[in-house]
Amino acid sequence: MSSSELLVKIRDLQIDGIADETRSRIINNVDLDLHRGEVLGLIGESGAGKSTLGLAAMGFTRDGCEIVGGSVEFDGIDLVGATPDVRRQLLGKRIAYVAQSAAASFNPAHKIINQHAEAPLFHGMSSRAEAEADAIDLYSRLRLPNPDEIGFRYPHQVSGGQLQRAMTAMAMSCRPDLIIFDEPTTALDVTTQIEVLVAIREIVEQFQTAAIYITHDLAVVAQMADRVKVLLRGDEVEEADTRTMLQSPREEYTKSLWAVRSFERPQKPLAAKTATPVISLRNVTAAYGNNDPVVRDVSFDIHEGRTVAVVGESGSGKSTTARCITGLLPPRTGEIAFQNQVLPADYRNRSVEQLRQVQMIYQMADTALNPRKKIGEIIGRPVEFYLGLKGAEKRRRVEKLLEQIELEPSEFINRLPSELSGGQKQRIGIARALAAEPKFIICDEVTSALDQLVAEGILKLLTNLQEEMKLSYMLITHDLSTVKAIADEVVVMKDGRIVEAGPKDEMFTPPHHEYTDLLLSSVPEMDPDWLDELLKQRGADNLGDAAVSKM
Amino acid sequence: MPTLSLTIWAAAVIVGTAMLSFVGRPIGTRKSIARLRDMTVTGALGYSLLIVTIYQAAALYFGPGATFFKWAVHGVIGFGLAGYLFQQLGRHVGTKATKKLFRSMPVTAALGILLIITYAFVAIFADFIAPYGQAEIFKDANLLPGGNPEMGGNPAHILGTDQIGRDILSRLIYGAQNTVGIAFVTTLLAFFIGISLGFLAATIGGVLDQVLSRIVDMLMSIPQLIFALLLMTIATAWFGSEKGMVTLFMILIIAVLDSTRVFRLSRAVGMNIVVMDFFEAAKLRGEKLSYLIFSEITPNAFAPLLAEFGLRFCFVFLTIASLSFLGIGIQPPLADWGTMVRDLSQFIAYAPFPVVGPLTASLPLMAAGAIALLTVAVNFVVDWMLHRASGLKE
Repeated sequence: MSSSELLVKIRDLQIDGIADETRSRIINNVDLDLHRGEVLGLIGESGAGKSTLGLAAMGFTRDGCEIVGGSVEFDGIDLVGATPDVRRQLLGKRIAYVAQSAAASFNPAHKIINQHAEAPLFHGMSSRAEAEADAIDLYSRLRLPNPDEIGFRYPHQVSGGQLQRAMTAMAMSCRPDLIIFDEPTTALDVTTQIEVLVAIREIVEQFQTAAIYITHDLAVVAQMADRVKVLLRGDEVEEADTRTMLQSPREEYTKSLWAVRSFERPQKPLAAKTATPVISLRNVTAAYGNNDPVVRDVSFDIHEGRTVAVVGESGSGKSTTARCITGLLPPRTGEIAFQNQVLPADYRNRSVEQLRQVQMIYQMADTALNPRKKIGEIIGRPVEFYLGLKGAEKRRRVEKLLEQIELEPSEFINRLPSELSGGQKQRIGIARALAAEPKFIICDEVTSALDQLVAEGILKLLTNLQEEMKLSYMLITHDLSTVKAIADEVVVMKDGRIVEAGPKDEMFTPPHHEYTDLLLSSVPEMDPDWLDELLKQRGADNLGDAAVSKM
Repeated sequence: MPTLSLTIWAAAVIVGTAMLSFVGRPIGTRKSIARLRDMTVTGALGYSLLIVTIYQAAALYFGPGATFFKWAVHGVIGFGLAGYLFQQLGRHVGTKATKKLFRSMPVTAALGILLIITYAFVAIFADFIAPYGQAEIFKDANLLPGGNPEMGGNPAHILGTDQIGRDILSRLIYGAQNTVGIAFVTTLLAFFIGISLGFLAATIGGVLDQVLSRIVDMLMSIPQLIFALLLMTIATAWFGSEKGMVTLFMILIIAVLDSTRVFRLSRAVGMNIVVMDFFEAAKLRGEKLSYLIFSEITPNAFAPLLAEFGLRFCFVFLTIASLSFLGIGIQPPLADWGTMVRDLSQFIAYAPFPVVGPLTASLPLMAAGAIALLTVAVNFVVDWMLHRASGLKE
């Protein structure tokens, strides 16, 4: 906060969304002040209007949204009534935007550096050669590997975390006064996220850029922002500087947000050595086609009523292991046993009874439910298929299942998936798995697409169901707080191999395998000094993926 | 030097309109009319040219002659009005869901639906609507439309008669039944073949997909009309050419040839659906192939397939009309629009003659217009459906 000059001044802003012939208020009389060189964190659950507010600070609204009242001033320029010419002069030059999914935001048909140079050339800020030289300079400041040549690749040739940093560099290309970061790390692994966080923070400090940082991850906002504003359904809940907000939140809602991370189910005692495991993997090696194996020699057991968390970053073979268990990908060698009976490798050869015992809950509830079927049909089909119930009996069973997942049957049974929220959809996914009355459920990143409050609800539901029905879970995740919350045992995977395995409590107490240690230390904490201390401890070159590649 | 003067005219128009657009901008800026102010010069030029065109069209309309142009204007205004009234009717009468549907519908789609309903009605109840039989021959041949005896018409045959004295109105109405009915059956058959094979290829993949796709590639590589003609000739040579048989051959041949396009589409759509998690969940549940295809894939492919159905229907319909025009489609004395265009086509040459010229020339145009109108109507509806399915705004 070098100067206290006001850069963005939003007063009494009202934005309406128009969908399906009805108008609804998305932003309700919100004020926002941003000074030069300051970072403001915007947090709230999905639908709170944080992205809409962030975009409104650029004078922009998405399709179907409309500014109906209030004012947005950027450096004294009124953006609401500005002509397209005036806006065109500002956007990209003095205001830049970094989107959530860099992979989806880059144009796949152009090299990264060409896209980088577009804004400076358009605004006549520099020649092409200068823009490219500047890009290379920014890439090395953001610690991208091979800064001299990485820009000359196409977006698909660069990893997700690197793309996100390249996008930050692109936003910096005209040295803007304001950058809006819209959930820039939400889609990334913890080890990648930390690199991007460090990069963003350094570059924002170096150039004294003001930023609006939108996220639903409180621990991230604690590291990045000077001040935090909490939004709830279009209303401002409260605003304070980060430390005050973390230590003494005033409002109930903020306190509930803060409390989410404290949910933790105590670890159950290990199953007896003689007990028959529900599922056991024995030396499973699997590959796609004739390529190198993605999963190498993996063995572990899952016992009745226990949750085994399989942890690792993307590409570590967690999901492939799950595909082997379900039979979608027959393993090259090794076998999978259900209660000591070896299952046929291919799901097509398994009996209906064997298929019933292994169910799956998917990460993306949007694609996991058939959008053209009503909830009653989605849950009713496995009931009918496996248990042979029909008519009124089937309906009673579906209603019972809906009660179990804490949704009111009469209200939801005739809805379509598109009429549900993300958390509700995920609950329907759980109900569909339960409808088969299985012994074992694979949960593939079930909470990673959800807000923390909603995710906590799902985790609690899973825990209660496990107690009731003695279910066993295999929990695939890269989020260690989820592991902490509901796992009994942890399996850490890297490059298709098991790096470390053991009971949860042991895993979270040192000494660890160095990779486990890296994973654990990369999880952001609510302490605003956490990142600084970590940097001091490890040094910027020993973080995240850079450290992984050194192993 | 007519070309030179044309060039000068064009240059004058461009310079003039460009100047107009420069003048329009400051006016817009002063009066802060955002639309005028933010308009680009080229956009303004476009609008200026539009105004000139409308002026020219109005001059043509109110001047003497240009009978066909006047008819076209009447047609556009009349159909537009009909579409608008139908849309308003739909917005105020009916259930909540249909009212909402009509509110989200453009006038073009409303007109399309109205026309399709009308065609369907005429085709189904042809026997009751038509004043005479389709093969009935009267002694007055070559009566002109209009029903005015002084102009060579007869009130008993409001649209006139053809060369051998058959009532044209009756034949148009029966033509709807024959042409549209056969096109509809053919399209349904083509879709049944195309969809089941396409989804099968998408679900099973591998060798089956390769074999089916290559066969389809092969069929698609031969020009459709020529291939259809060839197959028709072969079929009639082998199995004889009784009237019913020829029609049956035509339905089967066009259905198979058109199913290749449907196969391509349904395979591509199916491929996008089989990778979804809900499909995987159904597969892992142990569901049978028929359930996977008809319960999981089909409902999700409904929108693009329905749009394709409308479009494909037009093509099938035109193919049948062209085959009939060439003499190997629907056989006389069954009325068919394609045959009617062919039989009456020489009258088009009478168009330049004064007074009765346009009336004479309109004889083949009525059947052609019936074909064109249905094609346009179906395309209006398809456009709207595609728009809805793709979720595009504005």
